Order: sequence, then C-alpha cells, then structure tokens
Amino acid sequence: MNGRRRWTAAPANRAKRRPALALAALPLAAATLLVACRGGSDDIAVDGSSTVGPITEAMAEEFLKQADLRVSVGISGTGGGFEKLCRGEIDINNASRPIDEDDEKEGAACARRGIEYVEFKVALDGLTVVTHPGNDFAACLTISQLRAIWDAGSEVDNWAQVDASFPDLGMKLYGPGPDSGTFDYFTKAVNGTTDQSRSDYTASEDDYVLVQGVEHDAGALGYFGFAYYQGEGSGLNGVAVKRDIDKNGEPVEGAACVSPTVDSINDGTYPLARPLFLYVTRDALADADVRAFVEFYLTHPQYVTDVGFVPLPEEEYRAQLDLLHDVSPGGER
Amino acid sequence: MSAEQLQLSGGARTSFKRWQGRAFAALAFACTLVGVLSLAVLMYEVLSEGATRLDIAFLRDLPSRFPEQAGFYPAIMGSLWVMGLTALLAIPIGMGAAIYLELYAGRNWLTRIIQINIANLAGVPSIIYGILGLAVFVRAMEFERSVLAGALTMALLVLPVVIIASQEALRAVPPSLRDGALALGATRWQTIRGQVLPVAFPGMLTGVILALSRAIGETAPLIMVGAFQYIPFAPDGVFSRFTVMPVQIFTWSARPQAAFRETAAAGIIVLLALLLTLNSVAIYLRNRYQRKVKW
Repeated sequence: MNGRRRWTAAPANRAKRRPALALAALPLAAATLLVACRGGSDDIAVDGSSTVGPITEAMAEEFLKQADLRVSVGISGTGGGFEKLCRGEIDINNASRPIDEDDEKEGAACARRGIEYVEFKVALDGLTVVTHPGNDFAACLTISQLRAIWDAGSEVDNWAQVDASFPDLGMKLYGPGPDSGTFDYFTKAVNGTTDQSRSDYTASEDDYVLVQGVEHDAGALGYFGFAYYQGEGSGLNGVAVKRDIDKNGEPVEGAACVSPTVDSINDGTYPLARPLFLYVTRDALADADVRAFVEFYLTHPQYVTDVGFVPLPEEEYRAQLDLLHDVSPGGER
Repeated sequence: MSAEQLQLSGGARTSFKRWQGRAFAALAFACTLVGVLSLAVLMYEVLSEGATRLDIAFLRDLPSRFPEQAGFYPAIMGSLWVMGLTALLAIPIGMGAAIYLELYAGRNWLTRIIQINIANLAGVPSIIYGILGLAVFVRAMEFERSVLAGALTMALLVLPVVIIASQEALRAVPPSLRDGALALGATRWQTIRGQVLPVAFPGMLTGVILALSRAIGETAPLIMVGAFQYIPFAPDGVFSRFTVMPVQIFTWSARPQAAFRETAAAGIIVLLALLLTLNSVAIYLRNRYQRKVKW
C-alpha cells in the first residue's frame, strides 16, 4: 500500500478525479433529492375491474373539468382491487361482482384490518351471447339450451344437437378465461354454479380476440360484455335469451325471448344483466372530495352510455344517492 | 466400383458441395429477411393505422373516453420520469459494479458466485422484478405506487444487463494498455481513470442505452408495481402516481371501441420514435468518444 502511494502523481492530477467521484456520488445525491419532495394527498386512487374502469375514467374525465383534483384509475381486476382496498392502498374499487365476505384477501382481510366499506351500484352490463353474422337460425336461445352447450362435461359440438330445427353445422365456442368476472357471472347465471363450465373452448381475456374469432367462423357461438357488443362486436348477431328455467333449474312459465338492448337491460327483462359496483372505504367517504366524486358518478348516467354500458333505472340511482347521504363518516350504515 | 464411376461421383460431389454453399447462403439470407420483413409489416400496419391520429394535440392532451380526443401526454411524461430516474440509479451502480468485478476483484469463489448470479439475473422474467418491486419498494419501504418505486424496480431489472455489457467493454481493452500504464508508474486508479475507462466508455454506454431501450418497452413489471391505466396529469415528483407509454397503449388496445385501435397505433409510433432517438443518441455518443481515443 505504502509502496504504491509513493508512486502516486502530484496534486496537479487531483482536479481530474472529480468527474469520476461525482459520478459515483450521483445515486446518493439523487436519493437525498428524492426524499425531499413527497407528493400531496389531494387525489383519489381507484383500482379494480377492467370492465368498470372505462366508466370510472369517463366520470373522472368530466368530474376533473370542474374540480382541481387528481383521480387515478388502475385495472388490477376486481379481485386485485379488493385486495388493495382491504390493505388500505386505494380509496375506491371498481367491482364487476360483489365482494366475497369470506375470502382471505377480500372481506376477511377488510374485517381483520378494520377497514369498512360501502357498496354502490353504479351501472348495468348485459352479457351478450353472439353468433356469426350469417347465422339466421339461432335468433333465440333458452337458458337450458345455453346450459346444455356450456356446462361442464358438455359434448355439444354441432348446432343440430341444440335444437332439431337447427342445421347440421359444426359449433365452435368462444368465451372469456376463468380469471374474468364475466366468466364468473355467466357460469353462475347459466350453469348454476360459479366457475362451472366446459373448458374445451377458445378462451381469451381479450374480448377483441373473441370478436375476431366469432366474426370468422360460421358456426361460432361466444359471449362477452355488452360494451364490446356495442363497439367492436356490433357486426355480430346478438342472440335473444329466454329464461325458461330459474336459478334452481325449475321451469318458468310464459318466458319470452329478450334481445340484449339498452332498454331491456335497463328495465331488468334481459336475463343476463348484471350490476357493476363501486366499493368505497368509509375513511375515503369522510373526505369531501371523494363524496363529491361518488355523487357526480351517481348523478351523470349519460357518461355510462358513452362507454357502452347501461345506466341503472332512475329510482335505483335515487336509492344509491340516499345511501351516500346516509353514510355519515365512521357511523353505521 | 470402377475408376470411371469414382471419377464421376467425385465430380458430382464437388458440384454438390458448391450447391450446398449456395443453399446455405440463401438460407441465411432468408433468415435475415424474416426479421426485416416482419419489422416492415409491423411498421406499415402501425403507421397506416396510427398516422392519422398523430398530431401535436395527441402529444399534449390528457386521456379521454373518446378515442379521437385521447392524448398521450401523461404517459410520455411518466415514461420520461421513470426512465430518467432509472438511468440515474442504474448507470453509476452498474458501471461501478462492472469496474469492481473486472478490474479489482480477485479471481476467487466469491467473485465466481457473484458473476454466475448476475448472469442468471439477466435472464429472470421481468414480471418477477415486478413482484419484488411490489413487495419491497411499494409495500415494505412504503414508497407506494410512485415513480420512485417504478424506477427502482426498473433499475434492478436493467442492472444485470448494464453490468454484463460494461464488463464486456472493459474486457475488450487491450491488457497491454493497462500493463504499459502500470509499468510507467501509474497507480491502479490512475490506470483505470486515464487509460481503461476512456477506451471502454463507448462500449459501456452502448450497453447501458440498449438496456434502457429494452426497459422503456416493459409493461408487466410496472403494472405489478402499480402504474395506473388512467392518469390525467404528468408526474410532478418522484412520489407522484404515474403511468407509462406501454401501459397506456395496452389499455387502449383493450377498449371496446374500434377507433381506440388507431389511438393505440399512434401511441406505438411515438414509443418507436422515442426508442429510435435513444438508440441514435447511443450511436452518436459512441462515435464521439471513440474518436477521442488515440493510442
């Protein structure tokens, strides 16, 4: 060590070292600078379902024109959103299904951490069963026919097996994958049990793929959310659905075929309509800005229509507004 | 086999060998075409779809539910913030580690273990870094879903590549240069500072910029760390919430309205333009520094 030091050049060289030293000190300097400025909390964090996300974005877009606030929307999925809500990481969860009270990461986690939440119904979605544009025979399908096609273990692979009047045409199935809330709802409504479905169909979480598939396959049958039927999927046939059996499989008398339209979903006659929710923590509701945002959400159904979904009936919105006004911060619902 | 037959088959073998050579050249050319053609098709698709949506307003506006009004501004700013901070963190640390491993560390079992680990880390799927970032930076260190947490995660992601590329560059410096400097009485530090680094720097820089251009297109780890899909503002600090270009493009391409596909294509064009800019800066810097070195 000493030997080497003797060979070190004179101080004249010292100035040259500085750039390199500065380079080494950069991360340190950066770190100090970073800690100095923490962001404000004048913002609302929303996460959750990719189905509900676009509605919340539309609301935020309009709401922010009148409020000096920051609203951020993520799409971690309904389950991922509940997990974050019950960790206290976000204010609002966009949910395409109700919370699971017993789930370790959802209701149970909220209960354990003492995080209370309020559920608001904000819009309706109608799961739409679609066929190839050239399919003119399957204008209406009953729930029991859909169940025969989609139930676990089903081996239906030809339209003639569904109804004697249908032609001898190979059937190809398209639907969302098992992680999707749309899949959860459809399996429950049609097959009677959540997640109970045949699995030998073309599954994709990307609805655009489903639209493409059904569009290019004469014998195709598929299902996805109403917004896609309004948008990319508008060229496909939307099949009318007849509720010939109820939830318990008992026959229903005098049911009619109902097509998926804004009106039939809105008035509840379309059998495969589902509500979409906001879950807001009570802590967040104590904040005037969050309350204002939820109120804006419930009083501007026209923006729901903009992104391809269906508003609730008016009296439902009134009930949800009453709920919002009843919820006094920290008190019982 | 008669002598005549032998001669014949010998001539056939020569022409077969020649044919073999030409066939291989053709095959290699076809392989090259696959890459070039698919890039050309991709560029054509994206440009023809997105060009109409590309204007100043697209770069300046906030996202919207109407595809023709949707803007890219928060995502562009988010990407610049995250990548800037990533560079600030990863470059000094990565180059420092490379210099240590290549020029100071002894050749023992510990160095070998570190070396193997770095090589392995370079091959870990990026989503794993996202999970790590979520657990460590977002939750344990309570940086929340911020630019800082995103940049730290991305810095970890690019570090192995930066280190390995920098090591390669350092290794390419002729040992005679080092030996010469040391023989003339320079210290190890003087040798590194005055002789090795100037020669190796262009190569190190190229490695860094290639690593960063890979990171700028990453989606999965940032979604994991908590990039939002809808952010109507540009980040104003390292603790700000953020979104980045690939996440915004992904969100648009999943929208039900057909017109959002054009918006997504326009976003891809901007991302590609930024990537090309980054790469040309790399080439410019490399040429500039290379010219300075005179042996």
